[in-house]
Amino acid sequence: MKVLVAVKRVVDSGIKVRVKPEGIDLQGVKMTINPFCEIAVEEAVRLKEKKLIAEIVAVTIGPKQGAESLRHALALGADKAIHVTTEARIDQAVQPLDVANILAKLVERDNYNLVLMGKQSIDDDFNQTGQMLAGLLDWPQATFASNIQISDGIAQVVREIDGGLQTVKFKLPGVITCDLRLNQPRFASVPNIMKAKSKPLETIPLEKLGKLHNSIQITKNEAPAIRKGGAIVENVDVLLQKLRNEAKLF
Amino acid sequence: MLQKLCKLRGRFSLLNYNFIANLSPEVEELRGHVAKFANEEVAPLADKADEEGKFPPELWRKMGDLGLLGATVDPSFGGSGLSYSAHCMILEEISRASGGIGLSYSAHSALIVAQLERHGNEFQKKKYLPKLCSGEWVGSLAMSEPNAGSDVVSMKSRAQKVGDKYILNGSKMWITNGPISDILIVYAKTEPEKKQHGITAFIVEASMKGFSRGKKLDKIGMKCSDTGPIYFDNVEIPEENVLGEVNQGVYVLMSGLDYERLVLAAGPVGLMQAAFDISRDYCNTREQFGKKIGQFQMMQSKLAEMYTTLQASRAMLYSVARAVDQGNITNTDCAALIYYTSANATQVGLEAIQCLGGNGYTKEYPVGRIMLDSKLYEIAAGTNEIRKWLIGRQLTQ
Repeated sequence: MKVLVAVKRVVDSGIKVRVKPEGIDLQGVKMTINPFCEIAVEEAVRLKEKKLIAEIVAVTIGPKQGAESLRHALALGADKAIHVTTEARIDQAVQPLDVANILAKLVERDNYNLVLMGKQSIDDDFNQTGQMLAGLLDWPQATFASNIQISDGIAQVVREIDGGLQTVKFKLPGVITCDLRLNQPRFASVPNIMKAKSKPLETIPLEKLGKLHNSIQITKNEAPAIRKGGAIVENVDVLLQKLRNEAKLF
Repeated sequence: MLQKLCKLRGRFSLLNYNFIANLSPEVEELRGHVAKFANEEVAPLADKADEEGKFPPELWRKMGDLGLLGATVDPSFGGSGLSYSAHCMILEEISRASGGIGLSYSAHSALIVAQLERHGNEFQKKKYLPKLCSGEWVGSLAMSEPNAGSDVVSMKSRAQKVGDKYILNGSKMWITNGPISDILIVYAKTEPEKKQHGITAFIVEASMKGFSRGKKLDKIGMKCSDTGPIYFDNVEIPEENVLGEVNQGVYVLMSGLDYERLVLAAGPVGLMQAAFDISRDYCNTREQFGKKIGQFQMMQSKLAEMYTTLQASRAMLYSVARAVDQGNITNTDCAALIYYTSANATQVGLEAIQCLGGNGYTKEYPVGRIMLDSKLYEIAAGTNEIRKWLIGRQLTQ
């Protein structure tokens, strides 16, 4: 069985972002693999260790530095990588429907049995790509996976939903998007980081697979409003007054 | 002109200090992985490990699994075959998370493992390196004695040749990882009359009969790095465990010290980074007199000095490391390097406590620990006085 894992290079979750009118200031900022994508790679590697899949291919869309995330995936245990190159800003101009279309082309070209991806990227938080990809391929999907079991070509996935946990079952091929509690990714060891350098990495210019339509326009970028301090009130009357006049609740 | 300057300013963002190290892209990428490990697996243990005065034993295997313990060892012996620059980077990142854990890591990976890699023969490397690299065994270097610190060649430990064995008697002091190590490199006098030309290096196993350990030292800093004395009571060492040549131990010792000083110099750089980061955060958060204290010039002056010192130390560290990787190693520059970074780290640590004021004086904040950890580097691997004596002697011969 062959698995395609999509990974995205995003701003590191630990840094303090600086918001400019044109977007997040990426100058000199630490970038890493999207945490949910890393979880997807880890899951693929675990499935391979259980001998349930034979080959893991990691794919990313982005500029030259995007290859860092691919090398990270290879160091964790992916076998091959595909780099779809573009100079467009991946946190703005590379949008879910375009990504889904490109991934669909790769799925058709290489015949994967399963696509694993993070549930969303932490820069745009769209949470759409996996779902759109399944729709385009006319494949079943399971999103927000916190547990994945595969046997005899059937995937059984526990999904984290608002009401609790939902278990779904479907016949592969399919798309699964990964949530936080699915696993804890391993650390890449130095020998594996070195080995990753000699694993096959295919480069494809984005125009060969699709197009960026920019159908979503970003009209404004602003930092969240600074939280105003609270106040201690003397009694319930003052509280009610504040709720009516300041919070305008009723 | 002004526009050009403004554009240049944008390029060197303060958030990426490491550009000044000029490390190769591979080592910088490796730094990302090591920093992640240090932040997630080492830093959370730092406070508790120091309080308990104990090295977290599970870290040996974890570091071994990641290939950090045998950083410069050839992969055929279980190592990672990295450069000295990469080894320095690893120690820098681990020290940033915890000075004590960094120290024990460096004693193992640089003082003994790398020394074995350089001087061991095929048989010795095959026997000892794989398990030292995997973390199954912990290593120590034992040269200092209660009465032989700076004057290490006046050591009294005696190794007498009897048949095809050496009988070792004596004691060693201030041995990092001494309380827990499985394998040690021990220096002893095989021919005391020949003074420094009668020293031999041996590989000793803690399981050998007659080997014992003394009580752990209660140090003021590096508390989670286990330090203590070792005792040898007629320990029988097979001939095949002589490291290098008989009576040539002083060369193994002295050349080892150069590489030791190079890698260890990265410890203070990591500690300075931690001290600086905490100070900067504090200055940008703490408010007095109606504004963030970082807005006052005296605090900005402190931060500017700390930053400059840190960057200068970092630049020197990786410059020397790069030269060593290319085969240019001098005892003068290795001594100068660790003298420079260690002296700076103590001062930056003290300034960090000052930046945090009353808070810095409590154990709620790690700056006190960072300063006390930094102080050790002015003493171990040759005190700063010895280092300066070495440099002075080289310059005036």
